[in-house]
Amino acid sequence: MLSKILGWGGKDPTDPKRPKDGSAPKGTEPPVPSKAFPKFVSALANQGESATVIDFGPVIGSNVAYFGERLGCKLFIEDLLTELERHRKAGTMHTLADAVESRLRQQEGSVDGILCWDYFDFLDKPSAQRVARHLVKMLKPGGAIMGFFCTSGVEHSHLTKYEIVNDQSLRLRPHPGAGGKKLALHNREIIKMFDPLVVAESFLLKNNSREILLRRK
Amino acid sequence: MWKRDDAVKPAAPAAPAAPAQTTTHSPAAETAATRPTAGNAQHGLERHAVNIGKSVVIKGELNGSEDLTIEGQVEGKIELRQNVLTIGPNGRIKAQVFAKAVIILGEVVGNVSATEKVDIRDNGSVDGDIASPRVAIAEGAHFRGSIDMQKAGAKAEKSDKPEVKPAAASTPAAASPAAPSGSTAPAAR
Repeated sequence: MLSKILGWGGKDPTDPKRPKDGSAPKGTEPPVPSKAFPKFVSALANQGESATVIDFGPVIGSNVAYFGERLGCKLFIEDLLTELERHRKAGTMHTLADAVESRLRQQEGSVDGILCWDYFDFLDKPSAQRVARHLVKMLKPGGAIMGFFCTSGVEHSHLTKYEIVNDQSLRLRPHPGAGGKKLALHNREIIKMFDPLVVAESFLLKNNSREILLRRK
Repeated sequence: MWKRDDAVKPAAPAAPAAPAQTTTHSPAAETAATRPTAGNAQHGLERHAVNIGKSVVIKGELNGSEDLTIEGQVEGKIELRQNVLTIGPNGRIKAQVFAKAVIILGEVVGNVSATEKVDIRDNGSVDGDIASPRVAIAEGAHFRGSIDMQKAGAKAEKSDKPEVKPAAASTPAAASPAAPSGSTAPAAR
């Protein structure tokens, strides 16, 4: 009920108004404030010109414009949600971490920022640990990783894509796909798997998700 | 190859220089290339743009100095530094692309470099890196790769291959061997 009032989680994919071709509806969902995102952007600005950013989500035109035109970043769009869906359908979730590692081929210490969104929620713990280790290696000193982590597991959750509205707010939109189970990680597990990064910011959201910003000193 | 010479009636939509470099081609492409002036009236109206039909398959390098719309398949390299390249809904490209502006309604696998703009329309798909000062991606488009808006100018000039002089536009066979060093086009055999 709180989600419906506050508009968290996007619209129901079974909504009859949703386009039948599976594409997400236009961004009519209300923007929601983000406290970690402005700090993520600030971290990119401190990295100097032409920061390199990896986005785990699917391509969104406004996100491209934001990072490319507004911030002058080089943006890698990895669309790992599609990879997730593919592995789930094939029953090969145990190899998803391999696929993610082979997809993210950036050199060690070459990336300024990584937007995981809520991707880690859909990974089992061993896969989450492997992917986290891989991200840590890629991150430059001073770099940042931002993600959303659920506080309690959910048997089935739809996929969400995160549209950047402005420096302080995002729009959560449903992404086509079957979705899947979400597993919760404890704070200490997150801290450990992203070691030696430090948790620079952590906010508990009204939908009981944690918005976390990790930094490499 | 794309020289605007009224004395030389352009061939059918298939790129005239391509057959010299084409290692495989469909019979329809041959037919299109040799068919006498069936579409000349149309060509007269479209002298500033060339269309490659969906039955055409090109492997090699495609260079030109006119706007180009591709509905067929191209594998290799496409270079239209001063012009607009449109990949139509049926276009299937596996190539490195360099153009002034690129509009994508079909499928591209390869890197795309533009000096002005890259526009991926609804149902368009790109797997590769984009370098362009402006990039527009429609809601229903697919993209995976990197987008670099800062180094677009540098990348557009970074091509190893110098521009091929369109001296032998009417003699397709001459175009490939005449290419200066650095060309990666397979020679016609």
